[in-house]
Amino acid sequence: MTENTPLRFHVPEPEVRPGGTPDFSKVPIPKAGSVERPPVDVDPRSIRDMAYSIIRVLNREGEAVGPWAGTLSDEELAEGLRHMMTLRTFDVRMQMAQRQGKTSFYMQHMGEEAVSCAFRRALEPGDMNFPTYRQAGLLIAADYPMVEMMNQNYSNELDPLKGRQLPVLYSSKEYGFFTVSGNLGTQFVQAVGWAMASAIKGDTKIAAGWIGDGSTAESDFHAALVFASTYRAPVVLNIVNNQWAISTFQGIARGGSGTFAARGLGFGIPALRVDGNDYLAVHAVAKWAVERARRNLGPTLVEYVTYRVGAHSTSDDPSAYRPKTESEAWPLGDPVIRLKNHLIAKGLWSEERHKQAEAEILDTVISAQKEAEKHGTLHAGGRPSARDMFEGVYAEMPPHLRRQRQQAGV
Amino acid sequence: MPRMTMIEAIRGAMDVSMERDDNVVVFGEDVGYFGGVFRCTQGLQQKYGTSRCFDAPISELGIVGTAIGMAAYGLRPCVEVQFADYVYPAYDQIVSEAARLRYRSNGGFTCPIVIRMPTGGGIFGGQTHSQSPEALFTHVSGLKVVVPSNPHDAKGLLISSIEDPDPVIFLEPKRLYNGPFDGHHDRPVTPWSKHELGEVPEGHFTVPLGKAVVRRPGAALTILAYGTMVYVAEAAAAETGIDAEVIDLRTLLPLDLETIVASVKKTGRCVVVHEATLTSGFGAELAALVQENCFFHLEAPVARVAGWDTPYPHAQEWDYFPGPARVGRALLETMEA
Repeated sequence: MTENTPLRFHVPEPEVRPGGTPDFSKVPIPKAGSVERPPVDVDPRSIRDMAYSIIRVLNREGEAVGPWAGTLSDEELAEGLRHMMTLRTFDVRMQMAQRQGKTSFYMQHMGEEAVSCAFRRALEPGDMNFPTYRQAGLLIAADYPMVEMMNQNYSNELDPLKGRQLPVLYSSKEYGFFTVSGNLGTQFVQAVGWAMASAIKGDTKIAAGWIGDGSTAESDFHAALVFASTYRAPVVLNIVNNQWAISTFQGIARGGSGTFAARGLGFGIPALRVDGNDYLAVHAVAKWAVERARRNLGPTLVEYVTYRVGAHSTSDDPSAYRPKTESEAWPLGDPVIRLKNHLIAKGLWSEERHKQAEAEILDTVISAQKEAEKHGTLHAGGRPSARDMFEGVYAEMPPHLRRQRQQAGV
Repeated sequence: MPRMTMIEAIRGAMDVSMERDDNVVVFGEDVGYFGGVFRCTQGLQQKYGTSRCFDAPISELGIVGTAIGMAAYGLRPCVEVQFADYVYPAYDQIVSEAARLRYRSNGGFTCPIVIRMPTGGGIFGGQTHSQSPEALFTHVSGLKVVVPSNPHDAKGLLISSIEDPDPVIFLEPKRLYNGPFDGHHDRPVTPWSKHELGEVPEGHFTVPLGKAVVRRPGAALTILAYGTMVYVAEAAAAETGIDAEVIDLRTLLPLDLETIVASVKKTGRCVVVHEATLTSGFGAELAALVQENCFFHLEAPVARVAGWDTPYPHAQEWDYFPGPARVGRALLETMEA
């Protein structure tokens, strides 16, 4: 009989904690343009290695290179930059508004602007996103009225959700933005169901599911992949890997799996990894996956490799769990600066033009904010009626809710 | 009028609904080709094709979660959870999503789904084939909760549920699938073909949600029951000779308070019966409502007869199940109080 050695319990730890020096040197970053672009009807078994690489288009010189380049016109690129800058400015103003007590809560997108902004431009009207709380770029890039977003954040008298929902949990059927839930992961499998419905009806619309790296650990993630695979649902399943789930580094959710994209392989779902800070790469990969879905070739799993530069939310302080300068060391840089440099390299943009655009966007956002604030903020001015609290629980108000509304005196 | 079992009535409801509305889809574990482990969906796949009625992976959360997405698209999914005991993996989707879609999106998205699940004991189902989890759903704003007790209501209520614009938890007492059951397990079971409530209209008809019905008019005492306990209550009334009024609630949420209050104000006494465990069971809500609304008419405390506060046992089936003897004792005690 052999002597058994005591078992040891393994808990993954990030390489660096506060006070340490950020080090991403061990993160393999393939060269821009180095990853092949297979046809959309590729046999998923033949591209399994793509789940371990990173599709990138923009190189260090700001040039678009390789087989994934060329999906966007000059005008579209300029528009993409404007969307990302708008989202960033919107975030700054809303973050400030939260600190001023005009709203209770906010969540910013700093560093992840390319993911949702570029993805949205690969969709067609009628397609439906099932976003998390960190894809407001889907609304910005669809030209959803910014004032409406602010009204929601302020829970004011014009809040489209009547003050029932926490800030940033937007909802707009018309703009292909499914109602955001506080419960993580739930919408990932709903996206698959929506896509199944589109296929059942012989429609041509597709769905996009969204989830963060941390939430891939939820059972809904697994169920979504099972159902998407079984019924070959026309859905693009997006994992935004921003390295952090509040204070928890991505290794806790990922475990021994090489990448999050690799999770798709066991389901027979083609899985791509893309540089999430490369607007062009995100768009190209989104377009590929959307086309696959639209051509009835089934689901695609996409992992966007990015970094959550900001705090998790206005209630979070990242310096308690990661080095303050970690975002500066992030090897994929800043999505806004990278697209800006690309436009400059193409002779379409300049530092002066950029500064001017920043000022214009700030003006637009501030005037939207003034307009929204005319209709109230969380604790001041107009607000939704207490009657609205009792409406919409059901299509028709049942007797017990009528009684309660009367008791509430509204 | 044809007589049918509850299984045939439930199948008939789905058949009628699928025929009338192309957006009705039916799926769940073993629901497609095989026709369901209780035969409730037999023949539907052959008739409507695999895109309307299909088998699902063994994932309750996946079944309910995809159904919610389908409803957001515009379909009307009627899905099955094989046993109510297995609904828990889908609980997050039901509570946090299905029940709240309309509210949190201010009507932008809605969730017209039905989640059918066989419920209740009395079949030696042990811990995971006997539970009555209705109270876990009646506590959730935004859901409707329905429990039919006979083939006629099962069909009419299920059609209403499928046509309802909001999510409905449809609990089917499996002990009643083939015939009524009054708790006398030592007697042969009568089939629905011998019972007048086995008469079910052909084609489309509805039984409205939110409306209770008096099964046995009486003057001495009111029994509030649903599902299998309706027959147990009737048997207990007959055996004790107490002129009890038996109300079959049919819908637990929203509740038909009017019918309940009218009856208790008339009788002055009330016994609540259910199979589910006692503590924080739906009976607690019923007892509280009766007390609030009928306090000055009550001649005795509101009594509750329920499953014991234990997991549902196997060998002790008839010690656990609240049969006519236990209900009868509560009736006598309430009359004497």
